[in-house]
Amino acid sequence: MKLLTGNDLASGAVTWWTGDGWSIHVEDAADVGEHGEAILTAEEGARRVNAPYLIDAVATPDGPRPAHIKDRIRALGPTVRPDLTLKPADPDAGSWVI
Amino acid sequence: MYKYDQYDQAIVDARVAEFSDQVRRRLAGDITEDQFKPLRLMNGLYLQLHAYMLRVAIPYGTLDSRQMRMLAHIARTYDRDYGHFTTRQNIQYNWIKLEDAPAILEDLAKVEMHAIQTSGNCIRNISSDQYAGAAADEITDPRPWAELLRQWSTFHPEFSYLPRKFKIAVIAADEDRAAMRLHDIGIQIVTRDGQLGAAFYVGGGMGRTPMVAPLIKDFVPIADYLSYAEACLRVYNRYGRRDNIYKARIKILIHELGAEEYARQVEAEFAHVKSLGIDPPAAELDRIAAFFAPPAFETGLPDSVDRTDPDFAVWLDQNVKAHKQPGYAIVNISLKPVGGIPGDASSAQIDVMADLAERYSFDELRVTHAQNIVLPHVAKRDLYAVWQALTDADLAAANLDLISDIIACPGLDYCSLANARSIPVAQKIAQRFADVERQRTLGELKLKISGCINACGHHHAGHIGILGVDRKGTENYQLLLGGSGAEDTSLGKITGPGFDEDGIVDAVERVTDKYLELREGGERFLDTYRRVGFDPFKEAIYG
Repeated sequence: MKLLTGNDLASGAVTWWTGDGWSIHVEDAADVGEHGEAILTAEEGARRVNAPYLIDAVATPDGPRPAHIKDRIRALGPTVRPDLTLKPADPDAGSWVI
Repeated sequence: MYKYDQYDQAIVDARVAEFSDQVRRRLAGDITEDQFKPLRLMNGLYLQLHAYMLRVAIPYGTLDSRQMRMLAHIARTYDRDYGHFTTRQNIQYNWIKLEDAPAILEDLAKVEMHAIQTSGNCIRNISSDQYAGAAADEITDPRPWAELLRQWSTFHPEFSYLPRKFKIAVIAADEDRAAMRLHDIGIQIVTRDGQLGAAFYVGGGMGRTPMVAPLIKDFVPIADYLSYAEACLRVYNRYGRRDNIYKARIKILIHELGAEEYARQVEAEFAHVKSLGIDPPAAELDRIAAFFAPPAFETGLPDSVDRTDPDFAVWLDQNVKAHKQPGYAIVNISLKPVGGIPGDASSAQIDVMADLAERYSFDELRVTHAQNIVLPHVAKRDLYAVWQALTDADLAAANLDLISDIIACPGLDYCSLANARSIPVAQKIAQRFADVERQRTLGELKLKISGCINACGHHHAGHIGILGVDRKGTENYQLLLGGSGAEDTSLGKITGPGFDEDGIVDAVERVTDKYLELREGGERFLDTYRRVGFDPFKEAIYG
């Protein structure tokens, strides 16, 4: 599957295209399939998100899992500061990255 | 410490106003990211993995308690309650919102700070010896000469769009604590026949093509210092490549031209530049130097220190260095607790360090390129009180220059350029060697980790260096041996195939075990490595 991601203009936060907007949670990300380039172009024009780009991901029961470790770290947060990730209460969240 | 005059303050205030308007237009959608990106980078605002990152300049690593408290305030108010001290003596904040950037720069300007020249192809923040003004071995305080370069380079119209970024270090001691020869220009203030002058080393650097700067000129009279620096830059600006980002640094130009030919061209340019009269008059040099006059040291203070407390004694031996003033010492505050993140400090810890500087160190602090903090002027009678306060704040790790005093870049946990994480490797190595007596048995051992070839973690200059790479989507770590960023500058050599995260920790331990087996007398790891060579260690690593 293909995901569209970027960083929110105002906050810089990692954000994922959901099909009708953006979410900071990768679980909400939509498979853009063959329409990725078109959505990317439209969103670049909307200027809400910085440097949007398409990535490969794998569908899992828990939601999309980006194929590359860099995007998994983007999706969760720094592995060395669990308290600053999107899942601070989950001590095992880092294993999803690795 | 240097204090802004009306021109310095006006320049910084004007830049804050200008950038505030640029941010407003960007948020309003009036300008695109392509248009905005070079503008934000000129103000130190990057976009990293999780958020905007603001890099704040700390000229030659010197700051006072008021400035340090402002850094804590920014961490507490606009970021996530911590900052990261960098290998260029700066501080970075990792979670900045674009809409907050103008307010942050406004706060910084109130204490004579900014984020200019921390990005872009300009002359970056000038770095120097963290012991300047305190070291027993310096011939003079190098900071007036660093400050002169700061003023000269700030918004220099000719050097704001160089082929690539440009880094200058200034030292004034034989011991190189600033990795001087791994800068684009390394300047060593020297004396000859009783006259002050400067030796210029040009064309060093790390990154994907590491090079040790050759000596271009062994003595430039101090009256010609600025003109000679300008000539060095002009030749680079004229002939440095702009067609290939990987060949655009001055080290490549000098490598291709040859140091001798580059020096000849600089001499020719210098003959012209000297006629332009850019070197400041003696009165201006005196004005700048006066800001760096020694503080009012007390005389007659005791040189002895009560070593009854064994933990204090270890810290004393490891983290406290000789001061040129009898009765005083230089205190190094390690930001490398075992299991911690190298260079990170919470806002509360930053405030503690500011308080200690104000109370015990004539209101001065320094940031080191090894990502530690220095209190440069502490009376020996106060060392125990300082240590107790540091202990209470989890800032008393007694590991300066030991294997757990690791330089590490932010790596893939934060950096958009990184290929692999650096911090977890640093943490695992520090935990493996957590016993301080084991570390002290190993002695001075500088371990440096970068998460990509750009080498922000100085891996080329590590006695043991580690480079994180991406091998088919998996983190992999290469091991290097034999580098040094000191006066015996050398570049590390890659040992062979890389390792995974746990494997690299084991490999480091095999290297240290072999060192202990081969060591003679009081040799440091680097001494043993240089004596016996690469092969015994390679054999130990790979079998």
